[in-house]
Amino acid sequence: MNEYLLSIVLFTPLLGMILLLFIPAAQTNLIRIWANVAGLAGFLVSLPLAFRFDKTAEGFQFVERAEWIPAIGVNYMLGLDGISLLLVLLTTLLGFVAILSSWNAVTERTKGYYAMLLLQQTGMIGVFLALDFILFFVFWEVVLVPMYFLIGVWGGPRKLYAAIKFFLYTMAGSVLMLLGIFTLYFQHFHQFGVYTFEITRLINVNMPLHLEQWVFWAFFIAFAIKVPMFPFHTWLPDAHVEAPTAGSVILAGVLLKMGTYGFIRFSLPLLPKASIEPWIIQTIAVLSIIAIIYGALVSLVQPDWKKLVAYSSVSHLGFCTLGIFALNPNGIAGSVIQQINHGISTGMLFLIVGIVYERRHTREIKEYGGLAHVMPMYAFVFAFAMLSSAGLPLLNGFIGEFTILQGAFEANRTWAAFAVTGIIFGAAYLLWLYQRTMLGQVNNGRNLGLKDLSLREWAVFLPLMAWAVWIGVYPKPYFEVLEKPVNQLVERVRPGYFEERAAPVVAIERGKAGLK
Amino acid sequence: MSQFYTSTDHFVLLPAIMLAIFGCAVLLLDFLFPEPKQRKVLALLVLAGLFFSGIGLWRQYSFLTSQGISEITAFRGTLTVDSFALFFNGIFIAVAALVAIVSYRYLELEGEHRGEYYGLILLAQTGMYFLATGTDLVTLFVGLETMALSFYILVGFLRGDKRSNEAAIKYLLLGAFSSGFLIYGFSLLYGISGSTKLRDIGAAIVSRDLWDPLVFMGLTATTVGLLFKISAVPFHMWAPDAYEGAPTTVTAYLAVGSKAASLAFLMRMFLGPFWNMKEIWEPMLIVIAVASMTLGNLAAITQNNVKRLLAYSSVSHAGYMLLGLIAGNETGIKGMMVYILVYTFMTLGAFLVVVGLRRMDVIGDDVDDLSGLMYKSPGYAVLMLIFMLSLAGIPPTAGFIGKYFIFLSLIQTGHYVLAVIATLYVAVAIYYYFRIVRSMFIADLVDKAPLASSVGLRVGLYITGALTLAIGVYPEPFLRMAQVSFGR
Repeated sequence: MNEYLLSIVLFTPLLGMILLLFIPAAQTNLIRIWANVAGLAGFLVSLPLAFRFDKTAEGFQFVERAEWIPAIGVNYMLGLDGISLLLVLLTTLLGFVAILSSWNAVTERTKGYYAMLLLQQTGMIGVFLALDFILFFVFWEVVLVPMYFLIGVWGGPRKLYAAIKFFLYTMAGSVLMLLGIFTLYFQHFHQFGVYTFEITRLINVNMPLHLEQWVFWAFFIAFAIKVPMFPFHTWLPDAHVEAPTAGSVILAGVLLKMGTYGFIRFSLPLLPKASIEPWIIQTIAVLSIIAIIYGALVSLVQPDWKKLVAYSSVSHLGFCTLGIFALNPNGIAGSVIQQINHGISTGMLFLIVGIVYERRHTREIKEYGGLAHVMPMYAFVFAFAMLSSAGLPLLNGFIGEFTILQGAFEANRTWAAFAVTGIIFGAAYLLWLYQRTMLGQVNNGRNLGLKDLSLREWAVFLPLMAWAVWIGVYPKPYFEVLEKPVNQLVERVRPGYFEERAAPVVAIERGKAGLK
Repeated sequence: MSQFYTSTDHFVLLPAIMLAIFGCAVLLLDFLFPEPKQRKVLALLVLAGLFFSGIGLWRQYSFLTSQGISEITAFRGTLTVDSFALFFNGIFIAVAALVAIVSYRYLELEGEHRGEYYGLILLAQTGMYFLATGTDLVTLFVGLETMALSFYILVGFLRGDKRSNEAAIKYLLLGAFSSGFLIYGFSLLYGISGSTKLRDIGAAIVSRDLWDPLVFMGLTATTVGLLFKISAVPFHMWAPDAYEGAPTTVTAYLAVGSKAASLAFLMRMFLGPFWNMKEIWEPMLIVIAVASMTLGNLAAITQNNVKRLLAYSSVSHAGYMLLGLIAGNETGIKGMMVYILVYTFMTLGAFLVVVGLRRMDVIGDDVDDLSGLMYKSPGYAVLMLIFMLSLAGIPPTAGFIGKYFIFLSLIQTGHYVLAVIATLYVAVAIYYYFRIVRSMFIADLVDKAPLASSVGLRVGLYITGALTLAIGVYPEPFLRMAQVSFGR
């Protein structure tokens, strides 16, 4: 069972989609039920990963390997380490939540809608599991097409513009990445005489610095567009505002993580010399800090509820990239945890916008006010999500941001000082949003009759809320899972990092030994 | 048999003989079917001709593999059967068969269901056979003209349609002009070598100075003629008009068959006699390739006619294919072969969908005619989506595998700038391919009339669609096919 576990996790949604295609389009309810079953199945089959994962083991687990295109050295190779484990679990959970949340939201062309969500699910899981660079690239591109349709067909008024902008932006970045991949491939051949795209072997390549830098920038553009880092973020607000709720949840929750995951999985370990170059780190750190502050400031002035959440993503993802390029265990581990947190909190925030949009068909903040009187349960969930996003202690956001700041502080105090302002602004725009929409008197008559959360909507939020509390109160298992891969990564990029830090301790030990 | 026509000669010529015999038979038997409706029988005759020709090719193939030799030459080196020739001839036969089975319904709708059409398909096919097999200037030229003449007539086949007539005249004039260039180049090549055989010409070029003006003129004039045939910029002017005006089935045949055959010709010349002048032609082709990708991709953005759009996209694809030649190493050549294979099926498939849109009163080649296709004929829309993704080069479709090898070879040979330009145009191309996708999936259904479907069309679409996906998902067997040993 362990042997094929990853393939099962990967292809369950696809299988669900293929079977879905056989259901006649008129049977809307059957389609919905089936899609939910497939989504739930996709989540359930991924749970054994968490139980059977050995957090003490080095390297990748559950590795699967088969020849795919031997003529060019492309293999079907899957594997999982602590970083991808968390992201895969986030994907399967959010995938299910997204499907569940769409029950009433999507009434037209339901079959195609659920088919796209399920196809997308397989693509995203594939991105996090692939250990062969071409396989990774294939999944990376596969993800684009369903998202194009989700935005383009089921989106808002400017859906066409948003969908193609999303597609072109991402595509332009990823084709350059392909050239970087090829460069690595040939370098590996020159040095070892073997053509391979497996990253476990490409990691041995030793390139001259200038070449590494070129490849680094080729990767950087692809990943930075996906994250999105400032100044490549302009596609994000458009895509988010026009996308249907489930599309936004997936987009913010998982798709953006493909970029940060790319940095962690490929840029750092494969190009360690370029990743440690001071000017490159400086550039990326400055871009991250700009994203943190700029995203937060733009969020403050948004009149559109959903756009506000979208810009807050830019800010939060800035923390993630800053953590990665702090290049120390705290920074990177914090970044991964913050990626999960962002998936949970922002996912919830988008769902919250979606619920009120379903009832009122507007997202203008000024249309609302005093909703807490009409929808108390809803207001509670919103408060929860907002506080989790703003980083209140005992909730998940705090853990991630705190650890990242620790890492940033260790790397460069100025970075940490600037990044902290982002947290303050973050609290500001979220609290202000809450105040404007939930508190005070109901000032708009149309909001009086709004229904509170239904059972299904509670079912959507509960798993996310539970997860948020778990990370917030007891994050230890997450750090344990991340410890090995993150330390390995830091050791790879900064050889001797741990010995240096451990040195004083050793000296004391030696001193003690000398006394005896 | 005599010394002028040995059994080897016969063995090599047999597939072409079959094509020519059946082609003439179609023309002769046409009068047996006075009713246009009955003429679909002629399509079966085309298939029979292709079948027998295919048997001849299969025997050549098994002879080559069983004897373990790389080539059979006939007529004293005029024709050469090698894996290169077999690969291309295989493609041609598949293309002609697909075009024949989708044509009858389309011709009925156009009201031009006449027997010559099928005869001309086979005669064009005969010309293509010589383009893939020929290793002699005269043979190659005669093959090219046989093919081109058939196409001039086919493009103008809709006598009552002004666009078709205009296209045919334009194609004829510019085609004749380019043939003039070609033959001028050939005369110079003959002048320096005293032979029309590619092998001798190659030897004569090597013995001369690299920058010898005669050789240079010969190379340039020949290249111009060849680039015209593959519609590379700046010799692409005829393509959009000819593609738009021609009956859609002919457009498909022209875009795929004629282009692949001309590329075979081009590869014979550049990998053969011109190979040692790579230093000279490489910069020329780089300019041509970049110009083709640029103009093809940018001009396609503003097209509202699907056939014109695909014409410009085929200009840009010509640019991509030339990149393989520019890289010039094993990967590049293999990439070119794979690209041609992939291009054939995805482009053919895309045109077949347009064929299905032709109805009694609608021409069906406007981007808006595809509006809401998903909600009328989901099968067609999904297939068209696959072809568009493939044309754009998005995995896991065949188009990605084609581009993969081209980019790979560019990186391998250190053409980094060229690689970056070529990859960025992929993003541009997505924009216009996705205009079609957008129209099919997002725009509302306007015209509810059903498509002009037929058994032949559906079979053709299934085959092209299945191949486009199969090459993308599991390319291994197809890559082995394209692994052509090319004797210089």
